[in-house]
Amino acid sequence: MKLTKILTAGVFAGLALAATQASASVLDTVKQRGTLNCGTDNTAPGFGYLNTTTGQMEGLDVDFCKAVAAAVLGDASKVKFVTVTDKSRFDAVLTNQVDVVFAHTTIKPARESSIAVDFLPINFYDGTGIMVKADLGVKEFAELDGATFCTTQGSVTETVLTSAFKARGWANSKVLTYENLEKLFAALNSGRCNAMSTDKSALAAWAGNSPNPADYVILPDTLDKSPFAGFVAANDSKWRNALRWITYGLFQAEESGITQANLEEKLKSDDPFVQKFLGIGGGYGKDFGLSDDFVAQAIKAVGNYGEIYNRNLGPDTKMYLERKGTPNALWTEGGAIYSPLWN
Amino acid sequence: MTIDRTDARAFASESDMLASKRRRNRFRHDAIQVAIIAAAVALVALFAYAVKEGLARHGIQFSFSFLWDAAGFDISEGKTLVFDNGLWPSLTSFTADRTIAQAFVTGIVNTIKVAVLAIILSTVLGTLLGVGRLSTNWVVRNLSFWCVEFVRNTPLLIQLVFWYFAVVLHFPPLAAAAKFYGVVISQQGLYFPSPVWHGGSSPFAVAMAVACCAAILGLILNGRAKIRWICAGAAVVLLGVMLATGTLGLDYPVTSRFQASGGTSMSPEMAALLLAIVVNSASYIAEIVRGSIDALPKGQWEAAASLGLSRRNTVNDIILPQVFRVVLPSFGNQYISLTKNTALGIAIGYPELFNIYGTIANQTGHSLEGIVIVMVSYLVLSWVISGLVAWADRRLTKRGAAR
Repeated sequence: MKLTKILTAGVFAGLALAATQASASVLDTVKQRGTLNCGTDNTAPGFGYLNTTTGQMEGLDVDFCKAVAAAVLGDASKVKFVTVTDKSRFDAVLTNQVDVVFAHTTIKPARESSIAVDFLPINFYDGTGIMVKADLGVKEFAELDGATFCTTQGSVTETVLTSAFKARGWANSKVLTYENLEKLFAALNSGRCNAMSTDKSALAAWAGNSPNPADYVILPDTLDKSPFAGFVAANDSKWRNALRWITYGLFQAEESGITQANLEEKLKSDDPFVQKFLGIGGGYGKDFGLSDDFVAQAIKAVGNYGEIYNRNLGPDTKMYLERKGTPNALWTEGGAIYSPLWN
Repeated sequence: MTIDRTDARAFASESDMLASKRRRNRFRHDAIQVAIIAAAVALVALFAYAVKEGLARHGIQFSFSFLWDAAGFDISEGKTLVFDNGLWPSLTSFTADRTIAQAFVTGIVNTIKVAVLAIILSTVLGTLLGVGRLSTNWVVRNLSFWCVEFVRNTPLLIQLVFWYFAVVLHFPPLAAAAKFYGVVISQQGLYFPSPVWHGGSSPFAVAMAVACCAAILGLILNGRAKIRWICAGAAVVLLGVMLATGTLGLDYPVTSRFQASGGTSMSPEMAALLLAIVVNSASYIAEIVRGSIDALPKGQWEAAASLGLSRRNTVNDIILPQVFRVVLPSFGNQYISLTKNTALGIAIGYPELFNIYGTIANQTGHSLEGIVIVMVSYLVLSWVISGLVAWADRRLTKRGAAR
C-alpha cells in the first residue's frame, strides 16, 4: 500500500511539474536561466560549423543564435550551442532541450502541422543540388540515370530525389541515407556514392573546405527550392514573435545602413526612426518582453544581415556563395530579404 | 479415551488454526499482488494520459492512420510484403508509391535478413574459435585468443564504422572490380551469379529437380553417414546433369556504368553490418563454447582417450554434442542481443528497421507512433528467437534423455 502511495504521489508530482513548465513562455525561461540553449549543426560549414583550428562555432546559423542571445539577454556570449542533427533537431526543441533551433532547416507544411514547430522568417534561400567527383565526368543531372545518390537522413532531399527519379522514369537509381554530412562526404570520396545531394550551400561548403576543391563538380541543376529558417516549439507566440522581430531587425538594419562599425554613431542619430529602432528614448522591445535596445544589442554582437552573410558566406570565405541576383539579396536590390514595416 | 478425544479435538482445532492462518496468508499475498497490478495499471494509464495531454497541448494527434499514406521516399534496398494478387502476399522491391506500413515491413525484412545470416554465420565461426582456443596447436590457440580478446574489448559501433569505411568502401570501384567465376566484388556491392530455372514444366526436368531436392534433404536430415554420402553424391551428379542439359542456368551479374544487374547482390552496407555483427558475436559465442568445454568433467576426455579415439573424434563425437546441450540457452541470449544490435546499421546507412523509422519519423512527424511500432517489432522478434531456442533446447534434451 505504501508503495502505491509513493508511486501515485510521484506521478502527480511529475504531472504538476510538466504542467507548470508548459504554461510559461520560453522567453521567460531563458531570461530566468540567463543562458540561451541554441540548437545548431556543427558539421555544416558556413551555417553551423565547429572550426577545429580556433575551437569556436561559426556560421550564419551560429550568428543568429548569438544575435538572439544578445537581444534577449544583452550578452552574445550567453549562448550555449547544442549540436543537433537533421534527425534530432525537431525532438530537441519539442522536449525543451533547446530553446530555438537554427540548423539550415527547410520550411515544409508537414513540419508545421504534424511535428508542431513554428518557423521564424526565412534567413537563407537555398536549393537542392547535386555534387559529383570531377573524375566521373558527369556534366548534368540527366546523365546520372542508375547512379547511387547519397543524402542525409531526415532531410527534404530524400523525397526531392525520389520525385526527381519518378519524373524522369529512372527505376534503378538509389537513395542511400547517412546520419550526417561528414559520413555522407566520406561515402562520396570513397566512391560508394556516385553523387552527393543536399542543399547547394552545403555542397559548396564541403567542396570548398576540402584539400582539393577542384576534385568536385556541383552540377548546374537545382532540383527543388529549400528556404531555411529557424524554428521554435509551436503555441508559444510570445517567444516566437520576439524571435521573428529580432530576425527582421537584422534585415532592417542592413536596409537602413546600420552596421556593427557605425552603430555608436547611429545611436546619436537625429532620425526619429533610427532612434526608435535602436531603442533611444523608448523603442519596440517592451511589447515583445525584450529591452528597448534589443536590435542595437544584436547589431553590436554580430552586425546586420549583410555583415553576417559576408562573414560566413561572402567572397572572403572558402565557400563563397554569390549573393547578388539571388533571393538572398535585399529586396531593394531585387532579392527576397525583406523586413515588414517598423514604423 | 477421553484424553485421546481431547487430543484429537486439540489437533483438529490446531489444524483449523493452521488452515485459517494459511487462508489469511494467502489472502494477504493475493491482496498484495492485486495492489501491485493495480498500481502498475494506474501508472501506465497515468503515463499514457500525460503523454496524450502533452501531445494535445502541442496540437499533435496520436494516430496510426498515417501508416496507410503513400511513403514518397525510396529505400536503397529491401523488399516488402505486397498483396497484389488477392490475399496471398509476395515479396517485392519497395518503391516510393508503397505505403508507410510497407516501408516499416521493408525495415523488418532487412533486419531479419541480417539477423538470420548473422545467427548462422556467428554460430559456426564462434564454435570454431571456441574450439580453437583449446587447440593443442600453439598458432591456432593464440590466434583465436587474440581475435576474441580484441573484438570483445572494443565497442561494436566502432568496429562497424571500421568495417564499413576502412574495409568495405576500399574495395575496388565497379569499373575495376575484382571478378572471379562470375562473382563481382566492388564498393558498389558484392554480386554473385544466381541459379535460374530454364526447364519449364517438362516432366523430365521436374523429376530431376525433385530428386535433387530429395537428395539434399536426405543429406541434411539422415543420421547415417553412409546414406549421407550417397545423398551428397546424387545431389552433385543431378546438379551437374541439370547444368549440362541447360534446364538449370546461372545468371551472371553484368556490370554497367553505375551498378551491376543480374544475379544476386549484397550491398556494401549489408556486408559491413554482417561482418561487424558476425565477428563480434562470434567472439562472445567462442567464449561460451570454451567455457562450456572447460566445465565438462576431465573424465570425458580421459574416457575418450582410453577408448582410443583421436582428438578430432573426441571433440566431434564426445565433447561438442554435450556442449551444445548446455550452451543453447546462452546462445539464445546472444542471438537476441545480436538481433537488437542490427539497429546500429543506421550508423552506416543500412536500411534496417530503426533507420527506416528515422526517415518515416522525419517525413511524417509521427515519431511517437513510429517508436511504438519499432519497439513492438523488436520485442516480437526477440520472443520468436527465444521461443525457437527453447523449442530446440527441449528437443535436444529429449533426444539426449532417450539415448
